[in-house]
Amino acid sequence: MSDAKTNTEEYLRMYSQMVRIRTFEDNANQLYLSAKMPGLTHMYSGQEAVAVGICEALKKTDKITSTHRGHGHCVAKGANFKEMFCELLGKEEGYCRGKGGSMHIADQSNGNLGANAIVGGSMGIATGSAFTAKMLGKDDVTVCFFGDGATAQGILYEVMNMAALWNLPVIYACENNGYSEYTKTAEIAAGSITARAEAFGIEAFTVDGQDVLAVNELTEKLVARSRKGEGPFFIELMTYRYHGHHVGDINREYYRSKDEEKLWKTERDPITKFATWLTKEGIASDADLAAITAEISADAAAAVEYALAAKYPDISEVDQHVFVA
Amino acid sequence: MREITLSQAVNEALAEEMRRDPTTFIIGEDVAEAGTPFKILSGLVEEFGTGRVVDTPIGEPGFMGLAVGAAMTGTRPIVDLMFGDFIFLIMDQLCNQAAKTHYMSGGKLTAPLVLRTNLGATRRSGAQHSQSLHALVAHIPGLKVAMPSSAYEAKGLLKTAIRDNNPVVIFEDKLMYQDKAEVPEEEYLIPFGVANVKRAGSDITLVGTSSMVQVAEKAAEILAAEGISAEVIDPRTIVPLDMDTINESVRKTSRCIVIDEGHQSFGVTSEIAARIMEQSFYHLDGPVIRMGAMDVPIPFSPALEDITVPTPEGVAANARKLMAGEMFNG
Repeated sequence: MSDAKTNTEEYLRMYSQMVRIRTFEDNANQLYLSAKMPGLTHMYSGQEAVAVGICEALKKTDKITSTHRGHGHCVAKGANFKEMFCELLGKEEGYCRGKGGSMHIADQSNGNLGANAIVGGSMGIATGSAFTAKMLGKDDVTVCFFGDGATAQGILYEVMNMAALWNLPVIYACENNGYSEYTKTAEIAAGSITARAEAFGIEAFTVDGQDVLAVNELTEKLVARSRKGEGPFFIELMTYRYHGHHVGDINREYYRSKDEEKLWKTERDPITKFATWLTKEGIASDADLAAITAEISADAAAAVEYALAAKYPDISEVDQHVFVA
Repeated sequence: MREITLSQAVNEALAEEMRRDPTTFIIGEDVAEAGTPFKILSGLVEEFGTGRVVDTPIGEPGFMGLAVGAAMTGTRPIVDLMFGDFIFLIMDQLCNQAAKTHYMSGGKLTAPLVLRTNLGATRRSGAQHSQSLHALVAHIPGLKVAMPSSAYEAKGLLKTAIRDNNPVVIFEDKLMYQDKAEVPEEEYLIPFGVANVKRAGSDITLVGTSSMVQVAEKAAEILAAEGISAEVIDPRTIVPLDMDTINESVRKTSRCIVIDEGHQSFGVTSEIAARIMEQSFYHLDGPVIRMGAMDVPIPFSPALEDITVPTPEGVAANARKLMAGEMFNG
């Protein structure tokens, strides 16, 4: 692994953020399985190094747009468990007062412009956010998260064209987890994904999305260059989704094997890999890391308990926020 | 008072608001040096530069999506959609993104943008450049919809739209761009949701939108010559819709025809007629009559196209039947 950060505190923060995402998802999955959560949700587990590696390279004022598989981005950009679980359960204290739900969490206080339930739906928004930064002379950078499946949407090519023409400070982060819903990426993506960005004159990179330091190091460089007006950029992050397309996608052997899942979980897990590196480098002991995990588990349990007991929004809110008053 | 064209009125409104608010910008196809095919924006790029009058590639979903994101992060985009028919191309960005941003975020995010586009048939432009699609967006909660009926309304409503903190869609009638009306030199705004009684009358109410206000006014003149007194109401915005003014008029006249250039079925005329019947039923002496565009794709041939839209003569004929107590079969 490469050295993106040299500060122990920052390494441990990255570790902790990855564990927070995994823990959040484990709890969300349990809420679904125990029928305590309305609707369903899409797990980010397995892809933690992507969100954390990227968001740790951003400032609070930088923006991100997220996807239906967005809990990881939300946590990585600084969101709290309590408001997130409240939102997943449709409670008044959720980030969106329960009106958004899992697929629409937005946390503008940390620069998260929102998850999006339309595949590719936020590509225009991210590009517009970068347009604002350029027009108003701010040095904000926007990261547009999307999956390999979204590369089939035409709007990606429309906005990359404009972003390249106008040198907008946006980084298109394609999380290639190998599956477009229930279909292998190879069956939906012709040719090379990065070559599509390169066709617009956009510098494109491929990185191991299970290596948080590699992701972070690359992103740090691209963010700095974006702030200097050298954007846009494109990153394809090779990663893997541990769960099905959504929490209800349990029997999935018809499109991917258990052996394949096992291989990624045991050999390429981003948290395990980073933990091994941290202990090998003497940055933290196994006991230190276990303590971090235990503290996060307790935080999550408390947040879940709080959210389950929290109240729903008053029904008078149903027609509030249709329009800005 | 001076008279200017609707096109000049739009241009003035844009220039005034762009001078007032440096976060506003225009974005769309051929909006800069070309000033759009209708030459509405001529002169703006010279004053505001290409940084604020932004020519885009021909990719409507892309620049509409970009505008939504720009609006969410502190600017006020004014999107130019060359033809109203292209609204089908941007539906996801307008209806799934912009319209829902404020609600889905529990009130935390806003998307204060204006989408300027047009409507109107009889320009011999064929089925994909002649539609009046405002009912489609009026159906979606979270979007405001303005329908100026003259240069005066075009200027006042556009200025209000640009200052509104919600996404607003303005439909200008492309056949009216060269029509002149009295427009004051001094600044004014027209509030949304306030209908205008264009002509007072006592026998029948004619509610018209956009250029159908003119159709209603001409019908009222025909009827006046026959001793029928028609009141003409221009709602000016269909979202929000000023039902108070419409109900007040209908309760006085007891008869009403609603005229709009969108397709008649499932459209604006149906909505307004239904509300009148729910809210003023016992004041009515006959059914509220809807007059929209025929439920056909707009044909190219002048012989066919002209009969697809409501005319003053058609409105007057229906008014006579209503006055005579004849029943209608739709």
